[in-house]
Amino acid sequence: MDNNFIKRTILICRGSGCNSMNAGIIHETLKKVIEEHNLLNQVEIKLTGCQGFCQYGPQLVVQPDNVLYVKLKPKDLNEIAEKHLKNNKIVKEFLYKDPKTGESIEKKDMIPFYSEQIPIIRKNCGIINPEEIDDYISVGGYDALKKVLNNYKPNEVIKELETSRLRGRGGGGFSTAMKWQFCLNNPSEIKYVIANGDEGDPGAFMDRSLLEADPHSVIEGMEICAYTIGASYGYLYVRAEYPLAIERLKIALAQAEEKGFLGENILGSDFNFKIELKKGAGAFVCGEETALMASIQGKRGMPRPRPPYPANSGLWGKPTNINNIKTYASIPPIILNGGKWFSSLGTKDASGTIVIALTGKINNSGLVEIPMGTTIRNLIYNIGGGIINNKKFKAIQTGGPSGGCIPEQFLDTPLDYQHLTDLGSIMGSGGFIVLDEDTCMVELARYFIKFTQNESCGKCTPCRIGTKRMLDILTKIVKGEGTIKDLEDLEKIANIVKNTSLCGLGQTAPNPVLTTIKYFRNEYEAHILNRKCPALVCENLIEYHIDQDLCTGCGLCKINCAVEAIEGEKKHLHNISQEICIKCGVCFSICSYKAIYKKTNEN
Amino acid sequence: MTQSKKNLEEVNIIIDEIFLDKSIKKHGNFLIPILQDIQESYRYLPEEFLIQVAERLQIPLIDVYGVATFYQSFGLIPKGEHIITICLGTACYIHGGTNMVDVLTKELNIKPGETTKDKKFTLETVNCLGCCAISPVMVIDNKIYGNLTRDKLRKVFYRFRENEEDLKQSEI
Repeated sequence: MDNNFIKRTILICRGSGCNSMNAGIIHETLKKVIEEHNLLNQVEIKLTGCQGFCQYGPQLVVQPDNVLYVKLKPKDLNEIAEKHLKNNKIVKEFLYKDPKTGESIEKKDMIPFYSEQIPIIRKNCGIINPEEIDDYISVGGYDALKKVLNNYKPNEVIKELETSRLRGRGGGGFSTAMKWQFCLNNPSEIKYVIANGDEGDPGAFMDRSLLEADPHSVIEGMEICAYTIGASYGYLYVRAEYPLAIERLKIALAQAEEKGFLGENILGSDFNFKIELKKGAGAFVCGEETALMASIQGKRGMPRPRPPYPANSGLWGKPTNINNIKTYASIPPIILNGGKWFSSLGTKDASGTIVIALTGKINNSGLVEIPMGTTIRNLIYNIGGGIINNKKFKAIQTGGPSGGCIPEQFLDTPLDYQHLTDLGSIMGSGGFIVLDEDTCMVELARYFIKFTQNESCGKCTPCRIGTKRMLDILTKIVKGEGTIKDLEDLEKIANIVKNTSLCGLGQTAPNPVLTTIKYFRNEYEAHILNRKCPALVCENLIEYHIDQDLCTGCGLCKINCAVEAIEGEKKHLHNISQEICIKCGVCFSICSYKAIYKKTNEN
Repeated sequence: MTQSKKNLEEVNIIIDEIFLDKSIKKHGNFLIPILQDIQESYRYLPEEFLIQVAERLQIPLIDVYGVATFYQSFGLIPKGEHIITICLGTACYIHGGTNMVDVLTKELNIKPGETTKDKKFTLETVNCLGCCAISPVMVIDNKIYGNLTRDKLRKVFYRFRENEEDLKQSEI
């Protein structure tokens, strides 16, 4: 038989990102096209979760050819069916093109974005159908649970985790083996397992995509934990803002129960375990473990002092193990491949891999999983494909509102917990935002403090009042009304909030301020001493002007100006009145000739 | 039967349904799931319902009120028929998310958190939807629109307003 009859599978990405770019329509059209081309017997279409390369959605992978087609439109599918599926000719037009060389790359694994990755937590993401438990089972799903139930005593599971050196993937980085051991040691008859999927950091979507793409791996990890510590009930807490993740988890839980992976006497053993899905109600602080537990108990989601730690007194006062969902998803591969294997990846400080949501001013936005110890430079310039429009890199913001900004001189820092802490930032749960020369670091610090101020639950004074005072000062500075005394006060308050707040939210909220002052003090000083915004961002400190040589007098800016600040006859030079201009920036973004430019105040 | 009596009966049905949900009955607390269901059905938490919930659950009204005012997804005033949410997460923010808020503030003549007089639209902002790679992002009634510019946003919004029920997103 000739090559024309290769049996193929098309993996179509149906994560939230691609869905919003019409992956649903692509999926439906593809079904029709396959039928019209009489390919039903040769091509199977499979829905998958997030394939990671979100910026290039909607996308699909043709297997076994391993060809990735990106940024698809419904009309493109006919060509793919005709040329590729029928005649084995790859359609170059829809392949990913290297932004540096402009060359099309045929094989998915040859794309730098994918070639550097080592998927462990995300190993099934984009490959299996998250709505079909059999698909998960066919790639070894629930084998780890079987192995544990048949061959492991609770101590032995913990031993394996100890060997793996796994640290919590939620950001804190506490040893998972130790956490489980504390819970196991507690003699209580009732214990709970909680999976924290309350991913609240702005700029982070690792957890959402994992839950959407491979929900069973989290369920399996929770079960192994429950078996180890002796719990029979668990909660999966997910943000209400993630409707698709919740939907797929509901399906997964029902299917797992039906197949006997959840419920009574799991796999014929005497182990019983049930999971209840809890939908968050919108509060960032609920990502903090004690606040999250208060929320499950139906209270205001406010944190409480620790100790006692949840391992001793957690949900309803019972010993509780709470981990991030990525930590649970790491468990089955560790059980199947051994702790030694996991430990061999990464650095001395941190083993295994880190899942990163790479966004901001970067060419390849999306999800990557790389070994701990990968350098920031490799992440940005190789995997991430460099900065958009070849602009200059300014900083990378790690750990969301709890993290800090890392400037250019530390690009060769290996990524692990210790190195990032040393730089005043944190690993966080993995949201990394790349900033270019057009980002004002003072304004960015203000943005984060506004966020934490808004999300502060108000229980402890340093966080409640301190974040408000920091926001006031930062607002003054970006308006060009700050003084050097303000900058001193800001640093002082930031340190007090960091050292005296009750929970992680307050203790880490000053990090964006402290790191930007540390590495970009010159920008603060420019705002204060010279009343200038070097990045040309802060409204009060910039002006819009029209370049005489570039303006064609088309009048587009004039029509679009909401306050009639632009004057000029058609086909003649236009002019912006600085007295009337409200600096909304509409003219700047609309001008086809790039004739409008920004400059910072003269005086 | 008066309108409010009828509504109270509906709340009782919501409460009963959640009481009957065995998994919650065994281990959980009812308050937040009940409020979530009321919020979903009525787009806000009416005062008489909160009183009813407190009575049925036999907890102080202040505890119900405390929870109802703590979480962002609950509201004590009615929201509009359609909820438009602009993401202001970090990625959306540095890609111009605040411009999107400006456009809709002008189009709807309301600020974030407010509802139009005809109760058609509520404008909200959110701290992150996790769709950062296609920022800036907006959501209208659970449908996500990505890679927005001022123009695209207006187009989407106009089309939605014209054809509220059956919006077919094409080449956006």
